[in-house]
Amino acid sequence: MKAARWSIPLAIFLVLLAFLWVGLGRDPREVPSPLIGKPAPAFSLPRLHEPAATLSNADLKGKVWLLNVWASWCVSCRTEHPVLMQLAASKRVPVYGLDYKDRPDAGRAWLAQNGNPYAASIVDLDGRVGIDYGVYGVPETFVIDKEGVVRYKQIGPLSEEAVQKTILPLVQELEK
Amino acid sequence: MTRSSLRVAHAVLLCSVAIAASAAKMDAPATDAALEARMKKLEGELRCLVCQNQTLADSNAELAGDLRREVRALAATGKSDDEIKAYLVARYGDFVLYNPPVKSTTWLLWGGPFALLVGGALLWVTIISRRERSVVTAPRDADAQARARARLEATDDTP
Amino acid sequence: MIPELGHFALILALLVALVQGTLPLVGAAANSPRLMAMARPAARAQAVLVAFAFGCLAWSFVSNDFSVQNVAANSNSELPLQYRVAATWGSHEGSLLLWTLMLGGWSFAVSLFSRNLPLPLVARVLSVMGLISVGFLLFLLFTSNPFERLVPPAVEGNDLNPLLQDPGMVFHPPLLYMGYVGFSVAFAFALAALLGGRLDATWARWSRPWTTVAWSFLTIGIALGSGWAYYTLGWGGWWFWDPVENASFMPWLTGTALIHSLAVTEKRGAFRSWTVLLAILAFSLSLLGTFLVRSGVLTSVHAFATDPARGVFILAFLAVVIGGSLALFAWRAASVGLGAAFGVVSRESTLLGNNILLVVAMASVLLGTLYPLFLDALNLGKISVGPPYFDAVFYPLMAPAAFLMGVGPVARWSAAPLPELWTRLKWALGVALAGALILPLVLGRWSPLIAFGLFLALWIFASTAANLRQRLASTPRRGLLARLGANSPSYYGMLLAHLGVGVFVVGVTLVKGYEVERDVRLDVGDSVAVGNYDFRFLGVTPAPGPNYRALVGTVEVRKGAQLVETLKPEKRIYNASGQAMTIAAIDTGLRGDVYVSLGEPVGAGGSDDIAGAWSVRVYLKPFIDWIWGGALLMALGGFVAVSDRRYRLAVRRRATAFDAAAAPGAAD
Repeated sequence: MKAARWSIPLAIFLVLLAFLWVGLGRDPREVPSPLIGKPAPAFSLPRLHEPAATLSNADLKGKVWLLNVWASWCVSCRTEHPVLMQLAASKRVPVYGLDYKDRPDAGRAWLAQNGNPYAASIVDLDGRVGIDYGVYGVPETFVIDKEGVVRYKQIGPLSEEAVQKTILPLVQELEK
Repeated sequence: MTRSSLRVAHAVLLCSVAIAASAAKMDAPATDAALEARMKKLEGELRCLVCQNQTLADSNAELAGDLRREVRALAATGKSDDEIKAYLVARYGDFVLYNPPVKSTTWLLWGGPFALLVGGALLWVTIISRRERSVVTAPRDADAQARARARLEATDDTP
Repeated sequence: MIPELGHFALILALLVALVQGTLPLVGAAANSPRLMAMARPAARAQAVLVAFAFGCLAWSFVSNDFSVQNVAANSNSELPLQYRVAATWGSHEGSLLLWTLMLGGWSFAVSLFSRNLPLPLVARVLSVMGLISVGFLLFLLFTSNPFERLVPPAVEGNDLNPLLQDPGMVFHPPLLYMGYVGFSVAFAFALAALLGGRLDATWARWSRPWTTVAWSFLTIGIALGSGWAYYTLGWGGWWFWDPVENASFMPWLTGTALIHSLAVTEKRGAFRSWTVLLAILAFSLSLLGTFLVRSGVLTSVHAFATDPARGVFILAFLAVVIGGSLALFAWRAASVGLGAAFGVVSRESTLLGNNILLVVAMASVLLGTLYPLFLDALNLGKISVGPPYFDAVFYPLMAPAAFLMGVGPVARWSAAPLPELWTRLKWALGVALAGALILPLVLGRWSPLIAFGLFLALWIFASTAANLRQRLASTPRRGLLARLGANSPSYYGMLLAHLGVGVFVVGVTLVKGYEVERDVRLDVGDSVAVGNYDFRFLGVTPAPGPNYRALVGTVEVRKGAQLVETLKPEKRIYNASGQAMTIAAIDTGLRGDVYVSLGEPVGAGGSDDIAGAWSVRVYLKPFIDWIWGGALLMALGGFVAVSDRRYRLAVRRRATAFDAAAAPGAAD
């Protein structure tokens, strides 16, 4: 019994060690979204290719869709663009683009140059809709279900793996 | 480089430039000095999502500027500090608060230091009372005590 | 060629460290003088080899050898010489080499200044330090080689981050590491005592100077870091509870507890196993800090570029070193025995209180720093723990400690009668209370927090003065100088260090209580009144620098009609990286700082209109330099205390007499 209390520091350390070990596999910079399971924030924004027309989230009720936050000034967006193009070509799930804090003509030019995977893109000039969606780093992608509830948020560029292993299975699940 | 490390490197670069440039972009200060002071204090308790080691008040990141604008717009419509914080937490989660909220997951955090202090106080009392018993049971020989006292006085009393 | 020589020297150093870390330990266990005698030469050889390797890396930087990857990534040929040298430790690899250099240096010092120590103890101490060196050298050679070549060599380097091109970078890391690494000596002494089974007052006397010197260096290192952040980062802050700041502060808190605990062990033979635990803890926290900064588990401005392999390696190293030493503690501490008895009110009990408060504070800082990681690891979400939490938790814990600081030195060992304490301290208490009530009114505004802070500071000053007065009065000597001479350097060291704490508390209280910050838009010729001062902006002119282009602003500071100072804040663009930096202009004074920095051009012509209006930030920071002044006084106190003769004489005779006189270890 006497020996027990001398071992307390060691015991505390071992617990700490376990946490640090798990911590090594986590990304402290990643901010998870509090919107998962909540209705997607409402928006009604001008379309990128038809500035006079608007698109709102109400228009998209009834189907499962992806909201991809992008911009012509965003470097990482280029790495995910081929994945988006492939996804668009597969016609598996519609992808709508949120052109975040971008000049519309720059956005249009970028899509013209690199290809347009979006069913439609909308322009968020001052970033307010981005803030509503908790965007803190471009690109980010949301999966939204038929009732307009946010089901998943991908932080950072989409990878082929993320699409195949996480997003498409989720979309399939939500379409039932 | 992996995708996430590219993103981290990008953020780090952005923020080190931002820090170097420092003295956060001067937004037009509120006309009311008291409101300005309240905003500064509130922004000092909020975390920048991009330059995650700076407060919203100090960060030069563009999103920080946008969020400051939002915070001030909300304050202008009469929202309280708590309501403004709730607005941001609804969008970004508890991560955005530098003052962690008191909820079930943070009881240990907020209660911990106090519990440690109480534990420490108990430890202090326990050690003292055990020692005191030993002092009391020390030799009652007056002569020995006098000699001991003399030695104590003579011994270097420095720290 | 030279980088390869440096690399080779590191490999040799590893081999020597392996010898240093094993043979003397075996020798101490087997009582073989021959094996034990290997400790000193091995430690010295290892230190020299690491120093040589460090020199090779520094030479590569100074001579702009961009074929070395580290140099290409962190330096530039236009970089001034002192920053080329500082860039040696500006990266993960380089700073790790600096760590190892410091470790070698401390080992060398121990091998030199240990003539009056028994050989088995020296052997064990140097061996433990050798094993730590092995860990760091393995880490360097396998995951963080500073001598990696870049093929083909770069034509020009990427430049040192402009934030680091500052005298702070030249001094802060080396001094900080002197402290950080210096705790390894106390650690080694603790392990040596556990291994040897002998832990007495003499062991404490041997450990004390090493620990105090390391603590003093750490104090200076932390103060420098804080001061550097203050004048370089542009928002007038001096402590942010950033994870890396906490990583240096936790060993400091533990080290402070340790030097006080060592006092009790040396003087009274008490707190032995507790002192050993603190020694293990202090260095363990240094290592933990190294892990936190380099593994990527926490975000921090200071964090080096991270790599999972490195994180795993350091974690494994932590497990071995900390786990091993705590296991040794669990096994052997019980047999170390506990010391003399003491009463409820006595110097021992106040020092126990001091220790407990410091350790609780350290644990609270640790809790706050790691809590986000805990929750994330348990999938309970992501939170942030920042200054509001740490301020709320830390200051209330330190307030009683500050109060005890006045009582402890005045209290007698073993039993301090309360009436005596009251007699000695009542005047000090009165002065502190009066000052706390009156001073804030004089300074401009009374608030409970300001009054409380001033009360603590004045209490420390007054009780220290009362202590000195009583000591001078009680000596039989005549004449002030003679009376002063009757006290030892360790006494004056204590006084200085405690005064330093008081000065520090004044600085923190008054800055937090009375600081003023204003952001204003100023056209050329405009003025703004802040506090008692008038600030007149006279525009911005371009000026070239050694490796940057600067825009220098001119701001005239007036008090009433009199021109007090002309401040010249700058905005610099560094040539190599294109990065911008704000250089604040600060008028430093004993009563406070006036701090001005440039924001952005906000004139009609937009962001390129440098001749138009600018946004300017003005700070008034009363008594802020007392914060760092206090810290420097603390460190000075430490150095003065260590100069005490008793640490240098081979006090064998007094030692045995004292050990015999110490009360027989009472069962606990």
